[in-house]
Amino acid sequence: MVAITFVLVAMLVHLLVTSSSLQWGVVGHYFFSSDVLSGLIRTLYLTAIAMLVGIVGGTILALMRISKSLVLSMAASSYIWLFRGTPLLVQLLFWFNIASFVPRLSLGIPFGPSFVSASTNSLITILAAAVLGLGLNEAAYMAEIVRAGIVSVDPGQGEAALALGMPKRLIFRRIVLPQAMRVIIPPTGNQTIGMLKGTSLVSVISLPELLYSVQLIYARNFETIPLLVVASLWYLIVTTILSIGQHFVEKYFGRGRTRTEVPSVLSRLFRTHRETQLTGSTDHYA
Amino acid sequence: MVGEGPLPTIGQPILRVENVSKSFGATSVLRDINFDVKYGEVVCLIGPSGSGKSTMLRCINYLEKPEGGCVYLDGELIGRKVENGRYVDLKPNELAAQRTEMGMVFQNFNLFAHMTAIENIMEAPVQLKRETRAEAETHARQLLERVGLTQKADCYPLQLSGGQQQRIAIARALAMRPKLMLFDEPTSALDPEIVGEVLEVMRLLANDGMTMVVVTHEMSFARDVGDRVIFMDGGVIVETGTSKEVLMAPQHARTKQFLARIT
Ligand SMILES: Nc1ncnc2c1ncn2[C@@H]1O[C@H](COP(=O)(O)OP(=O)(O)OP(=O)(O)O)[C@@H](O)[C@H]1O
Ligand SMILES: [Mg+2]
Repeated sequence: MVAITFVLVAMLVHLLVTSSSLQWGVVGHYFFSSDVLSGLIRTLYLTAIAMLVGIVGGTILALMRISKSLVLSMAASSYIWLFRGTPLLVQLLFWFNIASFVPRLSLGIPFGPSFVSASTNSLITILAAAVLGLGLNEAAYMAEIVRAGIVSVDPGQGEAALALGMPKRLIFRRIVLPQAMRVIIPPTGNQTIGMLKGTSLVSVISLPELLYSVQLIYARNFETIPLLVVASLWYLIVTTILSIGQHFVEKYFGRGRTRTEVPSVLSRLFRTHRETQLTGSTDHYA
Repeated sequence: MVGEGPLPTIGQPILRVENVSKSFGATSVLRDINFDVKYGEVVCLIGPSGSGKSTMLRCINYLEKPEGGCVYLDGELIGRKVENGRYVDLKPNELAAQRTEMGMVFQNFNLFAHMTAIENIMEAPVQLKRETRAEAETHARQLLERVGLTQKADCYPLQLSGGQQQRIAIARALAMRPKLMLFDEPTSALDPEIVGEVLEVMRLLANDGMTMVVVTHEMSFARDVGDRVIFMDGGVIVETGTSKEVLMAPQHARTKQFLARIT
């Protein structure tokens, strides 16, 4: 098994390095080109904003779903049903076409004079369609992730906090959420990485993110494969950085879950008066 | 905790439970419960499983809302107020403020798993702005010493034995300087050999003058530390009296039967 894997990897590396269609010179030439870099930056902020919409929206949906109000929980369930049940590509096209359907968005008195108006087909509105499409879809998935995190926290701790006189909001922020994070973070990391690559879908609505940027270039010079490699390498680099970040965040929120650890540097940072000496005999009941 | 506020009049009731009743759906769990607890008194609630002891305790701090009756702590009605001659529920924050006056200790400790022992103790006083961080830490260290766990300040709950966790839970409840402590079977989840360390902490607390309501199956604790015993069965108080009276010379057949089974 190991031998087969080894041979296959060697063949792949050989192919990658020597293949004539894979011209590393071309790859190098475009790797830091301004078109590619501005595409990369669009990909990054699209990922960031769509994830932000997804996480905030998902948390609201999760709270609606576990709320005692039947109306709220039904509304959240319907949302999740709708957005998870239709392809993201369709949703993106839908938002994009809404943008072109309503040619002018105006702000002002309805049917009266408008104070501000903007053409809906400018890049801004394509961007808005992309953020709406990606973010609202993400919220449906994040809702389930956040809900799973919240219900994973032992309700007894919430009761203990209530009995101490802590108000509900404080309990959510100080007791429930930090522990829910342990469950929420790993899948959210995966979602973020998925989102990073998922942003390439918005190339269908002509938003020049990373993929569409290289597509524009190879439409001109026909260096298709090297330019796809450029894009792939950038996706790999960002994914790697995200994974490393995820590792540290997971470690922080996993505190208190193993029997051997000491408080982490991060949690020590939030405390003062650490120098108080431990004195006196202890454990005299044990 | 004696000496931290104006001296109460020994012998006055600090807790009054008046005609409290509670049902879950169709099942009536508490029926017309009445009792008083005086300053500094230790009252043990005993009774068979399902008799409503936990529900009674939880009605005192309104973790369960009783359908009927009133609970007064130090003369103050809990959970409700009278407005225009009618009872209205307190706002969540007003109820939360009342709960700070009562500490509660649970069977399963319920320590905050993501916080160290000392963080558990400091959490409520700091977050509810009762004490500054420095004051809370000093106080927390005193409490750790009181429950004999100064060395475990920086341990997470998972790194502590059950008995140690329960002693931290007691310290955490004491950190809010409550007028009254409620214990719901604090030793039931513990191995027999470590029950003693928790009961010892509770005994010291009682000796310090803390008013306590303790649901327990530890008859030796009820006899040695308890001033009074309330025996409940089927959602009613069957018998109440001094520990000696109820435990040594029970009057009712059901009490006798229960005590015979448990010892
Ligand atoms: N949240 C609830 N919903 C429905 N029924 C409940 C609820 N809590 C308690 N009960 C019922 O109320 C009755 C009394 O329960 P409670 O927990 O107060 O008894 P207990 O005396 O504390 O028993 P144990 O010694 O087993 O702890 C039981 O029949 C129980 O099934
Ligand atoms: Mg019980």
